[in-house]
Amino acid sequence: MSQAAVEETVPLALSAEAVTVIFGGLVAVNDVSFTIPQGSIVSLIGPNGAGKTTFFNVLTGLYRPTTGRVMFGNRDITGMAPHKIAGGGLARTFQNIRLFGLMTAEENVMVAMHSHMKAGIFSTVLTTPRQRREERAALEAADDLLEFVGIGHVAGEYARNLSYGDQRRLEVARALALKPTVLLLDEPTAGMNPQESGQFVDFVNRVRHEKQVSVLLIEHDMSVVMSASERITVLDRGEKIAEGPPDVIKSDQRVIEAYLGKSGAEASGA
Amino acid sequence: MATEVTTARQAPPTRRRARGLSYNAKWAIGFAIAAFVVFALYQWFLPNANANVQSFFNDWAPMSVLDECMVWMICALGLNVVVGYAGLLDLGYVAFWAIGGYIAGWFFSDFVFGVSWSFFGSARPGEPGIHVNFLLVLLIAAGFAALAGVMIGAPTLRLKSDYLALVTLGFGEITSQVFRNGDDIFGHNLDNGTRGITPLDPIKIFGFRLGPFDLTYQFLVMVFLVAVVVFVSLRLRHGRLGRAWLAIREDELAASMMGVPLMRTKLAAYGVGAVAGGLGGVAFAAHINAVIPDRFDFSISITLLAMVVLGGMGNVWGVMVGALVLAWINANGLKQFGTTFNSSFHTNINFPSYNFGLFGLILVLMMLFRREGLIPEARTKLLLREPDRAMLEAHGAEVDEVEP
Repeated sequence: MSQAAVEETVPLALSAEAVTVIFGGLVAVNDVSFTIPQGSIVSLIGPNGAGKTTFFNVLTGLYRPTTGRVMFGNRDITGMAPHKIAGGGLARTFQNIRLFGLMTAEENVMVAMHSHMKAGIFSTVLTTPRQRREERAALEAADDLLEFVGIGHVAGEYARNLSYGDQRRLEVARALALKPTVLLLDEPTAGMNPQESGQFVDFVNRVRHEKQVSVLLIEHDMSVVMSASERITVLDRGEKIAEGPPDVIKSDQRVIEAYLGKSGAEASGA
Repeated sequence: MATEVTTARQAPPTRRRARGLSYNAKWAIGFAIAAFVVFALYQWFLPNANANVQSFFNDWAPMSVLDECMVWMICALGLNVVVGYAGLLDLGYVAFWAIGGYIAGWFFSDFVFGVSWSFFGSARPGEPGIHVNFLLVLLIAAGFAALAGVMIGAPTLRLKSDYLALVTLGFGEITSQVFRNGDDIFGHNLDNGTRGITPLDPIKIFGFRLGPFDLTYQFLVMVFLVAVVVFVSLRLRHGRLGRAWLAIREDELAASMMGVPLMRTKLAAYGVGAVAGGLGGVAFAAHINAVIPDRFDFSISITLLAMVVLGGMGNVWGVMVGALVLAWINANGLKQFGTTFNSSFHTNINFPSYNFGLFGLILVLMMLFRREGLIPEARTKLLLREPDRAMLEAHGAEVDEVEP
């Protein structure tokens, strides 16, 4: 990251610098640099197989980049264990919901508080006053988070019995339990109808303001991307082909080509 | 997101708030009463009962068998933490039982030559060997077993499911083979090899000495150990660690993404499970007054696993029942049934030799008709008996939804 870039913009919540990921002979992500300014909502889009999820997995520590590095605040988190990155405040949700189905909504949220809690084997067995206080505080915090995302009334339900929309909300609540500074949402509106998607955009905005997080959105739904994000980065075949505010991206020739194909772009008259 | 669930099953009986501390008190009292009744029966009632009653109990449930059942219970409860709570398939659990046994052999007998060292021990002064007090031996065994659990776990727990099972199986076999051939490790006699270590010191607790034939008092010691393991299991289940175990059992990747350190959490499960194995090992050694490597083979691990599955993975009460039933069949029930059967039908069938066949049959029947175990954990039951919401909706069910 150049010194000038830091000075001229708001501080960065997260930045990936020249990240390349190679699986065998396949270059999944090629030299992609990417930043999330603090307090913003940015999006990562691209056709299927563009390398979005791979890039996402590099950020969360699931893959180690072949070259390049990831800075979280001013910490280098390249190749750090996923749980450490998560505990440090980089939270995510999953494209195909991955809740702990046989745990209640409340317990799901409390699991994510693991890294902020201290009780060990002995204090749990002895239920020391400190452990009891901690448990009670965690339970209250979990209930508050569930209220915040609007599913407080199902706190005691098993996650697998929640409706699809509630499960999505629970995923966000669980991610927020990590007290994140950056929230990564992997296709959060998949399977929602336009009305629900619209509500979700409002919801994400509320989360950003009230919990003071920066948000990275991976999304297929263009209306969501265009209305929610302040900046959009477009990946195609592992490379960054465009970056900018929604209006610019909307009319970018390469982006249209990437989505519709070359002839398609010509046919559409763009 | 315009939908709200109104009346989906209000599930969890496991919520702490609802039940408070009284649950702990309740089971502790019930457990103590049950133990005392058994104790009183064998200690005071039976010696004065008539011969028929006496011989019935002697044939069907002698105290020594009950003691052994308690040992199995301790170990099965430990394995339950690993298999039932954290969902890690461990086929080498016998290693911890063996380690506990040999700790007792070393610190609780006259085996160690050249020293005569007593630490609140129960041996007469001047006897050779290391004689540590029984309670301290339990602590030492717990410590060593936990250490062994972590040492075995550290390299193996990086593996998943089937691979983990195979490697733990290997470690279990290695441990028992090392003990079996331990009479000549680079010229040192570590444990008398196949001859085993015998006799052990009598148990002495607070100045109260138990001889090898004070089986009813031994029973009290075993029951106490079972209670400790149950208590620890229940407490851990409802804390930070228990939740992390459940989460790992459900979805390892998601758990790590939510800040749960996989390695440490799994090692904790392994360590806690191993401690119970170590305690069981000491108790068993003290009970049979010997440490014999033949008792530490692969079939023990499998039997323990069968107890956990039969009883209900993750539910301590179920596991206790499973352990009691299988251990009793193994030690006494089948033999006695065979004797009775043979004498009433004038046959000559060697029933105990069919015990593994019977175990297999029981497990197959369980898998067919009651996969969740005798006393299932609420969550497992839900998983096996009720389709989840996605499944219901896929089949076109209306799942009570209303516009808010």
